[in-house]
Amino acid sequence: MLSYILRRVAIAIPTLLLLIIISFLLMHAAPGGPFTSERPLPPAVLANIEAKYGLDEPIYVQIINYIGGIITSFDFGPSFKYKDRSVNDIISTGFPVTLTYGFLSFAVAVIVGGALGIAAALKQNSWLDYFAVGISVGAQVLPNFVMAPLLVLVFTLWLGWLPGGGWNGGQWNHLILPVIALSTSYMASIARLTRSSMLEVLHTNFIRTAMAKGLPYRVIVFKHALKPALLPVMSYLGPAFVSMITGSVIIDMYFSTGGIGQSYVNSALNRDYAVMMGITILIGGLTILFNLIVDILYAWVDPKIRY
Amino acid sequence: MMVDVQKMEQFAENLAAQEEVKGRSLLADARRRFFHNKAAVVSLIVLSLVVVFSVFGRTIAVWSNEEIDWGILGQIAELGAPNIENGHFFGADQLGRDLYSRVIQGTQVSLMVGVVGALIAVIVGTLYGAIAGYTGGKVDNVMMRFVDIIQSIPYMFVLILLLVVFGRSLFMLFVGIGLISWLDMSRIARGQTLSLKNKEFVEAAIATGVKPLTIILRHIVPNLLGVVVVYATLLVPQMILTESFISFLGLGVQEPNTSWGALINEGAGNMQYGTLWQLVFPMFFFIITLFSFFFIGDGLRDALDPKER
Repeated sequence: MLSYILRRVAIAIPTLLLLIIISFLLMHAAPGGPFTSERPLPPAVLANIEAKYGLDEPIYVQIINYIGGIITSFDFGPSFKYKDRSVNDIISTGFPVTLTYGFLSFAVAVIVGGALGIAAALKQNSWLDYFAVGISVGAQVLPNFVMAPLLVLVFTLWLGWLPGGGWNGGQWNHLILPVIALSTSYMASIARLTRSSMLEVLHTNFIRTAMAKGLPYRVIVFKHALKPALLPVMSYLGPAFVSMITGSVIIDMYFSTGGIGQSYVNSALNRDYAVMMGITILIGGLTILFNLIVDILYAWVDPKIRY
Repeated sequence: MMVDVQKMEQFAENLAAQEEVKGRSLLADARRRFFHNKAAVVSLIVLSLVVVFSVFGRTIAVWSNEEIDWGILGQIAELGAPNIENGHFFGADQLGRDLYSRVIQGTQVSLMVGVVGALIAVIVGTLYGAIAGYTGGKVDNVMMRFVDIIQSIPYMFVLILLLVVFGRSLFMLFVGIGLISWLDMSRIARGQTLSLKNKEFVEAAIATGVKPLTIILRHIVPNLLGVVVVYATLLVPQMILTESFISFLGLGVQEPNTSWGALINEGAGNMQYGTLWQLVFPMFFFIITLFSFFFIGDGLRDALDPKER
């Protein structure tokens, strides 16, 4: 087990380094430096500024300095656009917002999707089952950027029940639409996965044995069937987390919640490469960490996994 | 028991006259299974209609996609609604451009992105996976570890970075989507190859001295095609989703070019002014196309891989 964990960590670290190097090289390849503007600076001044920020060093030194800054002091450097704000400032204002509704959406997707899937499997071919299957088919073509405008159209423009954007310190009514828009398609996928794996488990021999020896239905479902049925669902959580984080960009943009997705797109439109890089690396790091946790959990739960 | 001699003779004659009984090929079997799947057949028809619309729709358009109808500009909410008489079949957008032509243009771009992305995935992914699986050992390990590493990078962010750094063009979009689309395909192709490479026909090929590359191309790849085709059909909608995602953020295709994602974004941004048609038409085409691809993919999987049912 320990060697498995170490091996997984040993893959995670080069992945993160590769991500940092790729984004750094991409940024370096971009036309125009951070200090090019419409009125060109005198070459001597430019050289001075570049020396101050270490931009006159060879590129590998720059990369090492950048990585060193992240490791030693979690410093992603200054923004290229806003002279008085560092990348850290921008991340620390937006990240709590993204984290709040991201966590809620993830919880909703897992809990509602899992419950719906289990209920559908237990009552196969009932109206509940058809409802769950219908939702999971329909939600495949309702990604967050389709859900978001539809929700705003119905609940804000027509019914006027909920605000169509803004954050307002995370008040509950500002949270509902973003969470629904972000979680629906994952909830549907989780429901579909849970349903099919639960059905599969319910038809195995050990469940038949449990039935034959007269265990109460509740015990069979929750004690015997649930754990193996949730294994495939667990391996979906990693990818789901990644694409939810990606989806938060849409939510931030559409609902103007002020999360890091909004900073990301704004910096993309402004060519503020430092901010883009900082956010890419932060999210990459989170993704890798989350995948690591899921893999280790999976190995821990499923005894069939060979280390 | 009386034997009806006449009847027997007739039967014998019939048998003699009849040509050899036609065997059913695997492909014919698969076709039959596919056409028994109603959802898949309906989807195929819907998808064909969408393709026909995107190719020939222009011929009945009154306005081009770039012309501005000055007569209704500024009063889009009142005058820009879908109308057969003034030639705006789907209405007009906020700049007075004809939405019918814009939707056709967007459909072309989105379908093209989907198909090109899936094609790159098929070619690169199949070859990569087949080579890794067939070679095995250390090479396989390194090749698949590389896929693992790339896959755990949040590609959407890297893709946006790529588009911003090298300029937002359709070409860069293809490059960016092509870079990531083949990863899953290579895993699938590798898995299939592993089970194929110990089959007798491969052994026979090795025994007769066929070179490894030829074995991969002539013996392994053709046997992968069934799985690859199914997966490619399911990849097209994913590519369309990716492109729409980026275009929705305004980071994908640039004006005057457009795509479903960009059109949905415009529609979503203008719906509070009452120009709902701007949202409804692109979304309608987007949804029916995605649905069709999913159902066709499912139908193909059931048809080509009967044991999976």
